[in-house]
Amino acid sequence: MLDAIAQNPIAAALVALIGLALLFGALLGFAAVRFKVEGDPIVDQIDEILPQTQCGQCGYPGCRPYAQAIANGDAINKCPPGGQTTINELADLLDVEAPTLDEEHGEESEVQTVAFIREDECIGCTKCIQACPMDAILGAAKQMHTVIADECTGCDLCVEPCPVDCIDMIPVETTIKDWKWELPATSHAQAQNLIATDLGRGQTQKTGEAA
Amino acid sequence: MEMIKVWEIPGGVHPPENKTQSLQEPLGQIDIPPQLILPLSQHIGAPAKPVVEIGQAVLGGQVIAEADGVFSANVHAPTSGRIAAIVEHRVPHPSGMSDTCIIIDTDGEDRWVELSPWEDYASRDKSDILARIRACGIAGLGGAGFPAAVKLNPRANQTIDTLIINGTECEPYITADDILMRERADDIVAGTGILAKLLNHPARVVIGVEDNKPEAIEQLRRAAEGTEIQVVSFPTKYPSGGEKQLIQILTGREVPSGQIPATIGVVCQNVGTTAAIYRALRHGEPLVKRITTVVGESLERQRNIEVLLGTPVRYVLEQHGFDETKASRLVMGGPMMGFALPDPSVPVIKTTNCLLAPSKKELPPPEPAMACIRCGMCAEACPAELLPQQLFWYAQSEDLEKLEAHNLFDCIECGACSYVCPSHIPLVQYYRAAKGEIRQHRIDKEKSDRSRRRFEFRQERIAKEEAEKEAKRLARKQAAEEAKKKLAEQKAKQPSIVEQAKASVQAQAPDSQQQRAKLERLVASAEESLKQAQKPIDNATDEQLEKQASRIKQAELKVTEAKKKLAALSDDKPASGEAAHDPVSAAIERAKAKMTMSPEEKLRSSLESLYQRLEKAEQKVKEAEQEGSDKLDALKQGVDKLKDKIASTQSELAEITPSTVAEPTPKDPATSDDAAGAAIEKAKAKAAAMASMSAEDKLRNQLDSLGARLEKARARLAQAEQDEDENIDAFRTGVSKLEEKLSATREQLAEYE
Repeated sequence: MLDAIAQNPIAAALVALIGLALLFGALLGFAAVRFKVEGDPIVDQIDEILPQTQCGQCGYPGCRPYAQAIANGDAINKCPPGGQTTINELADLLDVEAPTLDEEHGEESEVQTVAFIREDECIGCTKCIQACPMDAILGAAKQMHTVIADECTGCDLCVEPCPVDCIDMIPVETTIKDWKWELPATSHAQAQNLIATDLGRGQTQKTGEAA
Repeated sequence: MEMIKVWEIPGGVHPPENKTQSLQEPLGQIDIPPQLILPLSQHIGAPAKPVVEIGQAVLGGQVIAEADGVFSANVHAPTSGRIAAIVEHRVPHPSGMSDTCIIIDTDGEDRWVELSPWEDYASRDKSDILARIRACGIAGLGGAGFPAAVKLNPRANQTIDTLIINGTECEPYITADDILMRERADDIVAGTGILAKLLNHPARVVIGVEDNKPEAIEQLRRAAEGTEIQVVSFPTKYPSGGEKQLIQILTGREVPSGQIPATIGVVCQNVGTTAAIYRALRHGEPLVKRITTVVGESLERQRNIEVLLGTPVRYVLEQHGFDETKASRLVMGGPMMGFALPDPSVPVIKTTNCLLAPSKKELPPPEPAMACIRCGMCAEACPAELLPQQLFWYAQSEDLEKLEAHNLFDCIECGACSYVCPSHIPLVQYYRAAKGEIRQHRIDKEKSDRSRRRFEFRQERIAKEEAEKEAKRLARKQAAEEAKKKLAEQKAKQPSIVEQAKASVQAQAPDSQQQRAKLERLVASAEESLKQAQKPIDNATDEQLEKQASRIKQAELKVTEAKKKLAALSDDKPASGEAAHDPVSAAIERAKAKMTMSPEEKLRSSLESLYQRLEKAEQKVKEAEQEGSDKLDALKQGVDKLKDKIASTQSELAEITPSTVAEPTPKDPATSDDAAGAAIEKAKAKAAAMASMSAEDKLRNQLDSLGARLEKARARLAQAEQDEDENIDAFRTGVSKLEEKLSATREQLAEYE
């Protein structure tokens, strides 16, 4: 055996290389089958970040389609309900520059809203039920409808189809339970009491931070 | 005295203590206020549920709101009075918001429900003790308001080896626990005994007190003499009184991040809570009052008072000569961890350990924050060994992930970092805001996950419904197709009258010819056999002759029969070909007519419609003429065609009318190819002849035809008799009817003659 290798070094090398190539090829092939990942994991990750209001303001029929679109290279700033926080998170995930929200798709609203049906006026047409992507509206034909406020994402989609305009989007009021501390006013705002030079310095420092 | 080892906590600060002001006077009392405001949520956990009605009279110690679940606490009426309202009212909370409160108009009589004191509380059952602690609504009086019964009932897998009673009270200004320890050390010690019993007598039972309260330590040591309880003093440093810090000081153990002390075998209770538990067990007193430090330079009188829960802060301050103009603000709690009250209308609650009304000089408004100079003093001061600077940066940029990575949630919000910050950065507020943001984010995340599930479920459901609909549609389609097929098969099996007629005519066309050929052959063979039979007559015996004769007769019969059949076949022909050229379409016509109306009627109706069409066509032609349309020729042609059709229909009608009486004329088989055409000709001729004939002639004609029919009928009857046909009766009646008709016609004819 050793003699044969010594006598035909080139042939032996070739055999060894081909053997290795076959071995690794088989290994890779097996791995490709065994550890196959179904679907695109990046879409899941993007979908995870999106606010799941399913409002369609981005121009796609729901959050997942938009996640798919982002994975395919669409802009990440088309989600008004998510706002800047979502854009920043997406930018982090995709390692791109975080743009500001594209106002074309709507403005980020500070106040969360929830749909409310004025029940006296509801005629029971079920149009809003069909429009609700969350199944958050209860009711039946010719019966009064009502919104399950906890499930409502405030997407607005039920307002338009209502033939009697009995749906309002009312802002969710902060209660003592979900109240949270505000960040302190920025140093600039607080610097109002300072002497002029300090005020200027505060601004410079701020812009310096932003850069 | 034995030396007990204490550990040191990292960081910490030494702010001015300011504790002497409120300790000049012994524990005081104030009058019952005219109104008490009792929030349903004075503790951590679910708000209690009101069990009283507006207008209801209540006695002191009566339950007015029941605990909603385990993580909740009862609320009792602190004195007698009447429920004035159950409304939203401002509560002591950093948000300055409102929450549901029960408002009692007191009557000043302070009548109480009958309490049930336990002389033998020490020998009571553990579950009874816990039930009473729960029933008396005792929540942690140290600051957070954790329901005491929950803490004292650790999980079975957590063995408690150390019970710590917290008498540290490290925050400046506050002396409520100090005065309690001084004046009611016995209550505290007795309460500690109860807690030790509840926790199965832990190896160590310690009351920890900072060394700036020598009188309190002395009193406690006196009270604890002869018991298992150690009273430990340790150097004063803020924030030693934090639960986790105190545990570290007294045991050297650290509570793991995100865990509770019970996981390392420690339970910690405040001295105030301990005393309240004792009073609840021994005297049956529910938690309706507490000791609160009323302090600050804008007050005339600074002291500790035992105050009813629900007493409005304004009332308390009024009793102490509050000068609003002097006050910089109003703080509930101490200067380090307390929060500013937006409004003195809020009540004192279970967790109110201090009301601080400082003057502007005493506690000036916070200085404006300046830029962080990265001095690192905050990190040195942090008792939780966090990195306040980093947390500050991340809180500013709202980098929630990094904040969590830097253990933001281990921050106890003690304020030591803010206190030492040379740039006066309100660090704690950043951390509180960031914590709130992260909590909100978690809630949002949970909601968005739920939304996603709901949305996906909805999508799935819609898809399923669609699929079901589609399946149903498909099934219906299939069923329809099958039904169609079946119908077609049935039609094929039992063709409609029209198709039957079609088929029969189609069958007849070749059939009749075949039949004729067959009959002709039959006739020929019969004649042949007749000839044969007649031949050998000459040379034969009588017997043979007889046989021969019968054979001849049979042959003759056969011949006549065959001939008759042949004749009958030829008879049928003209009848079938009467209506139209094409035997098939004629059959269809006939069949249709059979279905709807007699041919005569049909023709009449078609004639009518033809007239109508003609009228319309003529009108159109006129119009076309007026307009000079180029369709004129076509229209005229149409009119001509219609006229032709009308003429032919009229003639047909004319044919049919007499044909009801006229006998279909037998026809030469040779001409049967053009049978219909010939029949039409004949019928026309006949009709014309009939029209021209006189009534007498008509009758004669009729008579002839009747005679012929009678003969035929008779022949058929004879044959039927021979064949023993089933329809023999029908034939007979037919014959008799014909005979009657014949005689009637003859009579008519005779009348004419």
